[in-house]
Amino acid sequence: MSKAYLRKNFHEACWDEPMIYELSTPGTRGILTPEVEDEIVALVGEASDLLPQNVQRKSPLLLPEVDQKHVLAHYIHLTQETMGSNVSNDLSEGTCTMKYNPRLCETLALNENFAYVHPDQDVDTIQGVLEIYYKFEHIMKEISGMDKFSFQPGGGNQAVYCAASVLRAYHNSRKDYKRDTIITTIFSHPCDAAAPATAGYKVITLYPDERGVPDYEALKKAVEETGDHLAGIFMTNPEDIGIYNPNIDKFAELVHSVGGLCYYDQANANAFLGVVRAREAGFDMCHFNIHKTFGTPHGGEGPACGAFGCREFLTKFLPKPTVEFNGEKYYLNYDMPDSFGKVREYFGVAGVILKAYSWAMMHGVEGMKECAAISVLNNNYLEKLLLSIKGCGEAFLGNGIKRQEQCRYSWEELYNDTGVGTNDINKRINDYGIPWYWASHHPWVIPEPMTLEPCETYSKCDLEEYYQALKQAAEEAYTNPEVVLTAPHKSASHDLANPEDLDDPTKWAITWRAFLKKHGDQYTKVK
Amino acid sequence: MAKKIGIIVNPVAGMGGKVGLKGSDGEEILAKAIELGAKPECPDKAVVAISQIKQFEDDTLEIYTYPNEMGENEVRACGLEPIVINHMHSSNTKPEDTIRAAKEMYEIGVDLILFAGGDGTARNIMDAVGDRIAVLGIPGGCKIHSAVYAINPKTAGKLVLKFLQGKVKDLRLSEVMDIDEDAFREGVVNARLYGYMKVPYDTKMVQNLKSGRAAGEEAALDLVSRYIAFNMEKDVLYIMGTGSTVRGVMDKLKLKNTLLGVDLVCNNQVITNDVNENTILSYLDKYSKAKIVITVIGGQGYLFGRGNQQISHRVIRKVGLDNILIIATKNKMYSLFGQSLLVDTGDEVLNSELSGYARVIVGYDESVMFKVIS
Repeated sequence: MSKAYLRKNFHEACWDEPMIYELSTPGTRGILTPEVEDEIVALVGEASDLLPQNVQRKSPLLLPEVDQKHVLAHYIHLTQETMGSNVSNDLSEGTCTMKYNPRLCETLALNENFAYVHPDQDVDTIQGVLEIYYKFEHIMKEISGMDKFSFQPGGGNQAVYCAASVLRAYHNSRKDYKRDTIITTIFSHPCDAAAPATAGYKVITLYPDERGVPDYEALKKAVEETGDHLAGIFMTNPEDIGIYNPNIDKFAELVHSVGGLCYYDQANANAFLGVVRAREAGFDMCHFNIHKTFGTPHGGEGPACGAFGCREFLTKFLPKPTVEFNGEKYYLNYDMPDSFGKVREYFGVAGVILKAYSWAMMHGVEGMKECAAISVLNNNYLEKLLLSIKGCGEAFLGNGIKRQEQCRYSWEELYNDTGVGTNDINKRINDYGIPWYWASHHPWVIPEPMTLEPCETYSKCDLEEYYQALKQAAEEAYTNPEVVLTAPHKSASHDLANPEDLDDPTKWAITWRAFLKKHGDQYTKVK
Repeated sequence: MAKKIGIIVNPVAGMGGKVGLKGSDGEEILAKAIELGAKPECPDKAVVAISQIKQFEDDTLEIYTYPNEMGENEVRACGLEPIVINHMHSSNTKPEDTIRAAKEMYEIGVDLILFAGGDGTARNIMDAVGDRIAVLGIPGGCKIHSAVYAINPKTAGKLVLKFLQGKVKDLRLSEVMDIDEDAFREGVVNARLYGYMKVPYDTKMVQNLKSGRAAGEEAALDLVSRYIAFNMEKDVLYIMGTGSTVRGVMDKLKLKNTLLGVDLVCNNQVITNDVNENTILSYLDKYSKAKIVITVIGGQGYLFGRGNQQISHRVIRKVGLDNILIIATKNKMYSLFGQSLLVDTGDEVLNSELSGYARVIVGYDESVMFKVIS
């Protein structure tokens, strides 16, 4: 086992890096493009004349004008300040399934025979890529028990939106237009409510019972009240507090009994990969976050894919195109008259599919089961360590239910004792070389929450390193709270001066133009 | 500009609680409490809160307070120098003193009044300043049904500190409840919604609100009230209950509203304002269909029986249990996480019929299922 240790003398790179626009000098160019030769201009005219007037900009783009060397240095500085995944101990990103991304998969995806193909190419020239899609779909079908998959959704949220769209297409196909309501649970992923709401559904949220399990009696009442207006249920299992719903099949049964469909958010699949399947739980649709569970980089560190799967009777509603094989060659099927349409262009992020396919083939059936078992084991070991820290508790502690792959802890006791809460602990562990920490999805109904998910790729030493960092921060809260409350001390940038401004839309600026508009009067240009 | 804060301590608040008297309102009860060995606890709680304010680094902070045990002692105990207004020397604090103190502080122009006490104290402060300035309660009394208090004294202090530092700017209207102590001692809870005061709103610190960055209260209220206002049915009599969430709906409809009373509405017109039980019953005879719109009242989560007794069990029966619309902001429901909603209609059978689960509308097309007990 590799050794890991608490880095007490850590310091993050700090470049005091200005924004790229602040490095701009009018007239500076990174690349000088050659002038178009007179002969060509004479033959085809000016390039700009090829565009209709009404789509041409009236004013030039406001781009930073910086030379190549400084552009390169600027972005390297930023990456050094932020620390990417696989650099440090990132087990703390609960609900995110941050795991090691095997180099082999990354190397395969970099192969130019793969990386340089384009989805608009003739399918005859991308047969190898389509074969990977097709074969990976078979793996997904086997893991979930679903009958068909689409890899088009560019992430979990889009997969859930896709489910809401399939749901509507299904009910409409039966002329059952009144079904306008879905049910979800409060510890399901927020997108399980948000995506159907965006698709136009009314949403009813169930709170948990006293053990932290979605309340079956509340479901009964909600189903009774909605009756034939119920379109379906969208729920995560295990939920983000790491509790597997022991009544999951009863939930599906009840919703089906009134004509609703069941959608299983399996973004937290690491706990049961190869162990249990959506089909046997009674669900009609599900999705996996390929960019989490199947070892490909996650979130801002890489593109995503929310693989959406469904039972046979729903396949005709899937987004188009689907990848098919006619016995001789692979092709894209656009001939889907009942399809709800698209959630994005093309048929899924190829690099992610390739990496996930490689990951699945490397592990095999037994390997995947082992991943699930180790992630649960790791979580329970870490839970034992963390609950020994003074000030650290857990949501629904003592309810007799073994946690799965993650836990939602609570620093409520620490906060009441010392005034140090979860945000402070988050910042303080940065000083020990750990930039990762996940408090909770919203709403924060568990006070001072912290959610950790130690996947199978972390060693016992990694778990202990993380525990040591938290223990150290909690002890400091009791002995020297100031050092925690004023953290981080060794990061690229210190705490925000006015964090409450994050709640004030009038102060947000997501473009340079907006920044100058809103804050230009207080802004002094870099010398 | 220098920050100014007013501090009022009701030294006798809470004395009746520990000796089983369910409150300390009235001189006779207070004397009895003292006789039974009650000791003032509110001052200690005030000290815990005020000591947090000490961290305010701006030494121009002006702390206004009343003499001796009404605040001066507590402020000094924290090592701070108060500006003592008035010169009373009584050790027998009465409600009038609280009212006078709050009025004087308002006139001085304090940014916030921090007061320690119970529901009675909150009522007095409200009588004096209404919702004209920011206030915050340090929970020190026997009965805390009002929602103007922080979760505990320490949090009260922290919240005031953040308010002074400008880190908390949102103010929200919170309920002041009026519990009749004499009736309460007889085992009857006779509560009404007394009014609203403005308290600094930090999602983490007021009442049980544990939520992190949730949507602002105003935006949340806007969504709920829009939903109800836009989905009202024709020719249905709407019995609009008490409270600021229901007022939100009335504002959307541009109708005159009685904040602490019940109004009747039909086809986007007010039928009559501020009605009692009998008036509601008589109107129910004239309409074939009616609906009740109520909100969750107070920090304890009452649906019926606190602050809206006009909507009696007779009214509820007549309207029908299927025609009750419960509305609340999401933040309010998050704050009740782990609790149940309460009903106390005075009719045991109805109470048990209302128990179980209720659907609470918390946004546009959004609702939550919540447990209800009696």
